[in-house]
Amino acid sequence: MKKLSTHRRHPLAGLVVVLLGLVVAGSLYAAVRPAAADGSSSSDTDLIAEGRELFVVGCASCHGLNAEGIEMQSGSNNGPSLIGVGAAAVDFQVETGRMPMARPDVQAPRKEGMYSDEEIAALAAYVASLAPGPAIPAPEEYSTEGASVARGGEFFRTNCTACHNFAGAGGALAEGRYAPPLKGVSPEHIVEAIVTGPQQMPVFSWLEPQDRKDIIAYLERLEEQPAYGGSPLGSLGPVTEGLWGWLGGIGSLVLASVWIGNNGVRAGKKKQQ
Amino acid sequence: MSAPTTTSGSTSAVAPAASVPKRPMKGAGAVTWLDERLGLGGLAKKQLRKVFPDHWSFMLGEIALWSFVILLLTGVFLSLWFKPSMAEVEYMGSYAELRGLHMSEAYATSLDLSFDVRGGLLMRQMHHWAANLFLASMTIHMLRVFFTGAFRKPRELNWIIGLALLQLGIVEGFAGYSLPDDLLSGTGLRIAEGIMRSVPVVGSYISFFAFGGEFPGDDIIPRLYVVHVLLLPGLLLGLIAAHMLLLVYHKHTQWPGPGRTNNNVVGFPLMPVYMAKAGGFFFIVFGVTALMGALLQINPIWMYGPYNPSQVTAGSQPDWYMGWLDGGLRLMLPWESELFGYTISWNVMIPGLGLMGLLFGVLGAYPFIERWITGDKREHHLLERPRNQPTRTGFGAAGVTAYGLLWIAGGNDVIATQFSLSINTVIVFMRFAVIIGPVLAFIIARRWALSLQRHDRELVLHGYETGVIVRSPEGSYSEIHAPIDPSRAYSLTTHERRVPLEVSASADANGVAAPGRGKERIRARLSRFWYADEVPKPTTAEIEEAAHHAQHNGHGADGLDGRERHVGIETGGFVGGDDWSSSESDSSSSSAKR
Ligand code: HEC
Ligand code: HEC
Ligand code: HEM
Repeated sequence: MKKLSTHRRHPLAGLVVVLLGLVVAGSLYAAVRPAAADGSSSSDTDLIAEGRELFVVGCASCHGLNAEGIEMQSGSNNGPSLIGVGAAAVDFQVETGRMPMARPDVQAPRKEGMYSDEEIAALAAYVASLAPGPAIPAPEEYSTEGASVARGGEFFRTNCTACHNFAGAGGALAEGRYAPPLKGVSPEHIVEAIVTGPQQMPVFSWLEPQDRKDIIAYLERLEEQPAYGGSPLGSLGPVTEGLWGWLGGIGSLVLASVWIGNNGVRAGKKKQQ
Repeated sequence: MSAPTTTSGSTSAVAPAASVPKRPMKGAGAVTWLDERLGLGGLAKKQLRKVFPDHWSFMLGEIALWSFVILLLTGVFLSLWFKPSMAEVEYMGSYAELRGLHMSEAYATSLDLSFDVRGGLLMRQMHHWAANLFLASMTIHMLRVFFTGAFRKPRELNWIIGLALLQLGIVEGFAGYSLPDDLLSGTGLRIAEGIMRSVPVVGSYISFFAFGGEFPGDDIIPRLYVVHVLLLPGLLLGLIAAHMLLLVYHKHTQWPGPGRTNNNVVGFPLMPVYMAKAGGFFFIVFGVTALMGALLQINPIWMYGPYNPSQVTAGSQPDWYMGWLDGGLRLMLPWESELFGYTISWNVMIPGLGLMGLLFGVLGAYPFIERWITGDKREHHLLERPRNQPTRTGFGAAGVTAYGLLWIAGGNDVIATQFSLSINTVIVFMRFAVIIGPVLAFIIARRWALSLQRHDRELVLHGYETGVIVRSPEGSYSEIHAPIDPSRAYSLTTHERRVPLEVSASADANGVAAPGRGKERIRARLSRFWYADEVPKPTTAEIEEAAHHAQHNGHGADGLDGRERHVGIETGGFVGGDDWSSSESDSSSSSAKR
């Protein structure tokens, strides 16, 4: 008993509670679960097995052999538990190259992906098999047909600009973390980010599928938009404007003053002497 | 600008007849008609021959003047379309990304200006760039005046007027930034409201008074509009006029040099030389502003969206001239205290109100403080090189550093993302830097100035290094130093020899301590600090001695510069001064009595 109470705060304790809950919830969930992620056929079992193999090789060192997460002595996660994060999270993290993380750091940077599409599908299937979670979005979930750009802009400004900046140019968060720029991010990854909330980003459970499409449409429009009024200077707001005003504007005017000063009447006189 | 000699020569102030037109010009009839009725001719004739000295740094204020003119021109254009109203409208303009949204009329008309008024976006952007240039040029102009001592008697009043212009310019810019009612405008106003509320006791009343109720209300934009297009431009115009009148009345300061004394002005007449230069410069400023307006996006309000109190964006910053205050807010420790049931937000009040008060308080008092410490009550029309006032230069450098660091701190998030740093590290670093940096800057700048003084002394006494190495019969090498040209030597030695103030006789004959001695002692101590380590400029005796020495040792003058030295020292008077002024009047420039 003593042993049990000292391990009350062990991460596995939480896991056990979660699993117990899932046993109950899972059976209920199965009934309403989207068809695409349902039905464990034999090919699915193969995929899951393949995914597990890949996982043990590439991910288990940080996330644990059973994706249960590894807690460091200091209390920080080497890699968090992946149970319940869903296929969407794996797809997002691995396709954007964030996972496998090269080394423990405050934030996994976006980089070139290391896994093929099939391998990613296998990894996703394996993690999804551990517990239900958001599935990889189907193409119609991020097609922008009939989406409203203006509405998407409102959603974007209300929910996203605080971290990602008004033009999706990215912004700073505490402790060296940052919200990355959104330029060139695929619509699929946008939906996945919204539904899985990677790292500091919240899960936007209140955004309906249509809202997400509208946001994607707005972000796409921002990329297509001509640069009205000239170079946007990185779309970083008044800081870069001020820099340009000083270095470009005042800088060139001071040079002009020096030039006029040196080529003025007096200089002319000097040359003639 | 290429052939100035003839024109300026003929209109030199020494030959007043030249400025009277010889042949009747076109339109002269109208001028005569006006002159006979207004009698401005005589006045204008006098003013147009006013002499102005020439130096590039004297043109910095002119950038400010011209950008103000551009602000007036573009601002009038904007006001023809802009509607300062917070009434809600549905946007139906051509920017599809916002079409159908509800927004204030102010924002909608700003969008119309950007997308549906021909040339509107260019005008908006030129207006905004000109505002940034206006304030930046006032700032560097002020720094020039500070570091050269141009604020000394009799120009203290103009220094104060200049400060008022800078302050009003900042407020004017902030009011303009708030007008379009976009997300950044509103965020800025929100911060302004926070600062108002941080005033103890009456804060919330001030805020309610300014906004006509709860933030944001419906009144603030129309009110700011009146302030922005009527009140402040009017005040600015009046103060600029006063600034220029005082400038003409005092006449411009000049750099010391042969023929230039505290009692004359050497330069070129206003008409036509300066008119041509200034007119040309207007077009340069206009050209740069137009290029920036056409090529560089500024304040893309369509990207920020209409103001909505529930939104905020990363990279919310004020324009640069408010950036240092924002930096103060970002660096301030989270201090708050409770007093009689009121919360006092030191964290907002100290940077929000204190910094602005500190900057302008210190700048406004500076000429009087320096005057008191140095005990110098005389008029000054000759500028000082920053190196010859090491302590002032040190304080200036400290101020610039403090301002610059706060300014950088205002962009801490952009710095963090652009240089992949942790924003917490940036803040902690900046908190220390803002305290330590200015102290270091003071020490370094002061030392630097002193070593430049030493360098000047060397130049005057031992001449410059010619780069010619000679080998003596004994086989040792040395570099030939040649005396510098006498006019340069003159310029390097015209500044005064300064001595710290002494405490006057401590007591009168009866042993009664003179009143006010405590104050005097403080002053003497400050004055000693002020002039400590000053490198004495060479005396006549020293120079003669050095010249002798050079001749005997054979380095120096032979063959390189056989001319006799004419160096005026001590008195600041040039030995050949009379010759100089007469030769000046033969040539293009002219000199006038103060
Ligand atoms: C070097 C250690 C490391 C390795 C290797 C690694 N991860 Fe991670 N992983 C982390 C850490 C730390 C986090 C949490 C911080 C983050 O998301 O950046 C994380 C987060 C995740 C998440 C997001 C969890 C959530 O809550 O949304 C997923 C999914 C994931 N990893 C999958 C993988 C997969 C799949 C692999 C193997 C291909 C892998 N990781 C390899 C360290 C690692
Ligand atoms: C609290 C701050 C925050 C908010 C609000 C936020 N995000 Fe993020 N977002 C982040 C962070 C941090 C990351 C980086 C996650 C990582 O590296 O794993 C991110 C990553 C993303 C990515 C992935 C970018 C890439 O480079 O792959 C997308 C897409 C994204 N966010 C979209 C959104 C959208 C759309 C919204 C609004 C609905 C939003 N975010 C709101 C913080 C935020
Ligand atoms: C010292 C002088 C001035 C400064 C520093 C200044 C500054 C500014 C700034 C920064 C803006 C925001 C512009 C934007 O990005 O949209 C602005 C807007 C505006 N200004 Fe000025 N301004 C000055 C003088 C004037 C004058 C003299 C007028 C009119 C007579 C004027 C009329 C306007 C109008 C109508 C707007 C709103 C237009 C819009 O935002 O689209 N300004 N001003």
